[in-house]
Amino acid sequence: MAHKGKAHKYGSNIDTDAIIAARYLNMHDPAELAAHCMEDIDPDFLSRVKPGDVIVAEANFGCGSSREHAPVAIKASGISCVIGKSFARIFFRNAINTGLPMLECEEAVDNIKQGDMVEADPATGTITNVSSGQTFRSKPYPAFMMEIINSGGLVEYTRKRLSGAK
Amino acid sequence: MTLAEKILAAHSGRERVSPGDFLSVRCDLVLSNDVTAPIAIREFERLGVPRVFDPTRIVMVPDHFCPNKDIQSATQAKMMREFARQHSLIYFEVGEMGIEHVILPEKGLALPGEVIVGADSHTCTYGALGAFATGMGSTDIAVAMATGEIWMKAPPTIKFVYHGKPGKWAGGKDLILHTIGDIGVDGALYSAMEFQGEAIDALSMDGRFTMANMAIEAGGKAGLFRVDNTTRRYLKGRTRNKYQVYEADADAEYIRVIEYDASRIEPQVAFPHLPSNTRPVSQAGNVPIDQAVIGSCTNGRLEDLRLAARVLKGRRIDPHLRCIILPGSQQVYLDALKEGLIEIFVKAGAAVSTPTCGPCLGGHMGVLAAGERCVSTTNRNFVGRMGHVKSEVYLANPAVAAASAVLGRIAGPVELE
Repeated sequence: MAHKGKAHKYGSNIDTDAIIAARYLNMHDPAELAAHCMEDIDPDFLSRVKPGDVIVAEANFGCGSSREHAPVAIKASGISCVIGKSFARIFFRNAINTGLPMLECEEAVDNIKQGDMVEADPATGTITNVSSGQTFRSKPYPAFMMEIINSGGLVEYTRKRLSGAK
Repeated sequence: MTLAEKILAAHSGRERVSPGDFLSVRCDLVLSNDVTAPIAIREFERLGVPRVFDPTRIVMVPDHFCPNKDIQSATQAKMMREFARQHSLIYFEVGEMGIEHVILPEKGLALPGEVIVGADSHTCTYGALGAFATGMGSTDIAVAMATGEIWMKAPPTIKFVYHGKPGKWAGGKDLILHTIGDIGVDGALYSAMEFQGEAIDALSMDGRFTMANMAIEAGGKAGLFRVDNTTRRYLKGRTRNKYQVYEADADAEYIRVIEYDASRIEPQVAFPHLPSNTRPVSQAGNVPIDQAVIGSCTNGRLEDLRLAARVLKGRRIDPHLRCIILPGSQQVYLDALKEGLIEIFVKAGAAVSTPTCGPCLGGHMGVLAAGERCVSTTNRNFVGRMGHVKSEVYLANPAVAAASAVLGRIAGPVELE
């Protein structure tokens, strides 16, 4: 399924404390977490973001803590996918496991401006900057990870595997 | 194979593994805390599995916002406590509790050659014992609790070699800060870091825990040390379980080898807002501070408190600032008490707290206001990490934090000599 929405651009090394500050880790409800998403580095994010929008970030997005609250907050805020030059390891796992699509593509990040209309299809890896008409292709997922994504997340994937093993 | 590859091969039933291989890895220990366990429990329950794979291999530690800082934290801690009791997991209640990465090695629960996964990014700490230990998210941990296995992509390994002896007042914290300053916060992204060399051989266990702990601050998946006599001495009396010691092969393939002259590394300070923003403390300039924090999973062990005490003995903390000292476990607290360190701290004017992660992540016990600066022995100095977005965190070793607390500005202990 292709996602379409406006781009919210960020720099490199956006850490998990910036995505969801630790003071909110006394909660775990997705909607409650989303209400504080990005608030320390981009206080207007929540008033700007619309369902379907995408985050476009430089290198090492999601560095720092293992808090799954970070991809959960992003997803619940309405963001449909994150396009980045690279992702921090634990954040990447967490996003795959919880069903927030991540697309790795340097060229797309360099050629998408704040507010551009972007269409992204995680299944094919095609990213289109609708505002400029340019098209990019992200690094494909390994087949193993695609299986988790297609199952709808790690829990669903594991449930399927466990019931198959019986 | 490298040390990481050896351990992963043994835990995935393979003769050998190469970087990039997708593996299903058997876990020896599965960890979570009061912040990450609630989501792991929710996801575990969605899996529809009645029991955990092995309750003797699952640990839950209420350390982040415990003793409970507010009603919501209390609710999360309660959820974890009830699950831990229901499934007879290894659980440390407040009073027995310490910071997870301090208490697990101390209790002999983390051993060489093991694969340890935890829903906490600093799980990499146990690499100091020659284990493959790595942080993950709550959903990963839910699956590991249910199945005892986890998927992993075998990482490439970067070898770091430290020649010579570190400079005066410099230790594990300074070696790792210097390294992160050199390679950057994504310098070891997706990689295992293997630490070797003369300076590493001479490093105490506590110093090794500090270094392995911060592998994640370079983006690393794990930070590993080889098992030697220092490791064996540490383990003696802590465990009766047999453990397997793995060694990197002589022809192991590393994607990079980085060498440092440790004798040229003096105490380091990471300026806001990245752990890679390091400089030697002698070049810190005049940075007045409002708070000093000594503790955490990085530097909350006995050796760290001894260092702080050496600096604080017979001195007074600058009356314009707060110095907060948090022993990492009840055992560290007790040892510090017996050695007279706690008395030194209190007489110097420091607040000494029960073990908790507390201020490190802006939770409680030392949250910063707008415009405040803190020198801290913790591991992260991101924007807003310890409180207000307009506060600042400077990372350093315990001797530097203590000296700064006395002088009221960021300074090395040499200034007090």
